[in-house]
Amino acid sequence: MTDIKTYLREWAMPHVLCPGCAHGIVLRSFLEAVDQLQLEQDKVAMVAGIGCSSRLAGYADFCTLHGTHGRAPAFATGLKLARPELDVVVVTGDGDGLAIGGNHLIHAARRNIDITVMLLNNSIYGMTGGQAAPTTPQGAVASTTPSGNTEASFDACALLQGAGASFVARVLAANPIEMTKVMADAITHPGFSFIEVVSDCPEYFGRYNKAGGGAEMLVSLTSRDVAVAGPLAAKRFVNHVPSSEPPPGMDTGVLQREVRPIFSGIRGGDTDES
Amino acid sequence: MAEAQLVQGNEACALGAVAAGCNFYGGYPITPSSGIAEQMVRFLPGADGVFVQMEDEIASLAAVIGASLAGSKAMTATSGPGFSLMQEHIGYAVMAEVPCVIVNVMRGGPSTGMPTSPSQGDMMQARWGTHGDHSAIVLAPSSVGEVYELTVRAFNLAERFRTPVIVVYDEIVGHTRESVVLPDALEITDRVRAEGDPEEFRPKAITPNGVPPQAAFGDGYRFHVTGLAHDERGFPTEDSQVAGALLTRLHSKVDDHEDEIVDVETFMIDDADLAIFAYGIVGRSAREAVMEARASGIKAGLIRPRTVWPFPAEHIARAAEQVDTIIVAEMNLGQMIGEVERAAQGQAEIVGHLRADGEPMTPAHLLALITNVEADRKQP
Ligand code: SF4
Repeated sequence: MTDIKTYLREWAMPHVLCPGCAHGIVLRSFLEAVDQLQLEQDKVAMVAGIGCSSRLAGYADFCTLHGTHGRAPAFATGLKLARPELDVVVVTGDGDGLAIGGNHLIHAARRNIDITVMLLNNSIYGMTGGQAAPTTPQGAVASTTPSGNTEASFDACALLQGAGASFVARVLAANPIEMTKVMADAITHPGFSFIEVVSDCPEYFGRYNKAGGGAEMLVSLTSRDVAVAGPLAAKRFVNHVPSSEPPPGMDTGVLQREVRPIFSGIRGGDTDES
Repeated sequence: MAEAQLVQGNEACALGAVAAGCNFYGGYPITPSSGIAEQMVRFLPGADGVFVQMEDEIASLAAVIGASLAGSKAMTATSGPGFSLMQEHIGYAVMAEVPCVIVNVMRGGPSTGMPTSPSQGDMMQARWGTHGDHSAIVLAPSSVGEVYELTVRAFNLAERFRTPVIVVYDEIVGHTRESVVLPDALEITDRVRAEGDPEEFRPKAITPNGVPPQAAFGDGYRFHVTGLAHDERGFPTEDSQVAGALLTRLHSKVDDHEDEIVDVETFMIDDADLAIFAYGIVGRSAREAVMEARASGIKAGLIRPRTVWPFPAEHIARAAEQVDTIIVAEMNLGQMIGEVERAAQGQAEIVGHLRADGEPMTPAHLLALITNVEADRKQP
């Protein structure tokens, strides 16, 4: 395999992520997927919104677009329609993709535009200092929920399945090899593909909820990944909830895969809207 | 020689866009601009272009920016509330230096206001709607023929200066159908493309004319684009000197070339005693009124900016030395009048004629106004 640094902008280092943040592992898994697929580096476009996860795009040596908060799927849609030969990958977070950008995400899924969205879910707003997100579990502490979150949270994969995404998967940042496999699968999927990467934020979520540092949080992710025999889709991830309620489980692996017409805009010639 | 044809304002906009080389349209339905989208979806497939209807106006301009970064000439069109939603990405396009065209067919506001009534209520929003310091290029056609011409010009200026260009006209211009002869020979400007070693490429290089050559995604140049303050590599920085220099360059690349951008029609101004300042559809009524005033012996003249931003301050200053009074007529409660006052520097009396009730200003209406002002002028 190629030296992973080939895909990194070393000149842009050091990066802005906190020590122990799992987002770096996610970036590495993605770069390995790109390498495994032997994608042409000049033809990969990484489109990001705003937030810690979105900062990953800056360090990847592709065509990279750091857009506005929540709008990455919309930027990516224009880019892909104008240049269909590009492999367009959106990197977003749970606040970016599910709160302010929820509308763009579900419409990209509905259209089945041929892009991949990786949503790094750390259950909190990291970059702005640890505020509650639409994914913060009930009971969890954030800077805007000092006595525990009382709002219900989104299940990102269920939302995207409902929106018609033709490929939906959930992976854990604690399982880098599996991550790479699923990412490669998503990139090659014809149509819209969505991966929820369960990542972490030791700096805020970990600290506020006494969930430990980066290493402890990753270990607890794996321990909450209830391994059962059989295909990935049969695995359960038990979400961290600091309360006495029994924790709800979530499936990991590829949860949805179907082939349906890809949206290529309204255009002339033989690439007509299919 | 091209032939006369019956064309509607919004259709002229779409025709102009395609003539200018537009090959991407992303938009969201809103009255009274929807006619532009409905024409673009007919024209683009045959012009090697792509049309997409997005989920809202925020997404529309995001898609346009994405397409432009991929090398397309891209546009969107909207009205009132949609223009408010686009402000976020107008700022992004300014900062990231993404050429694109935004058409705002103005309707009564604020908020949903009067969707099918004309207005010129977005003049300041077109200038200052997005947050932060920024330059702005805004064109204001007053007829169907001019919509065509200035849409082409908007694309040319966007490509020339690597910046978003806004075209504003009101509901009347958008919905008027009139006979026009559209020119067949057009001068088209294309962005300056990056050349040379991709390793050496600096997407935000400081160049003598202030406009860095551009590469498209997919052309073999890998680079970063961000709305954060950034250095010549396009990479975020918090270095105050670098950020300050960027902001200064983004301003001066437009301000230092005002002579290429400013475009004012003056009519019978040289010997005028009083002038009327009007733009868009009001400018058209004003021209009629000036001709009728002249016929009745009043020395009236017209100043009609076709580029409203950057503001043609020098033209106003010159006119203010000539005339005693400048009547500013606009379909809002006073937006450009402040600029006229500032530019006139007390050299002429400024009289505002402002209305924001959804009713147009007719030539008869403006003639009566000129007659009154003339009577006052003669009776100190
Ligand atoms: S704030 Fe949280 S998510 Fe952001 S870099 Fe730090 S640890 Fe990671």
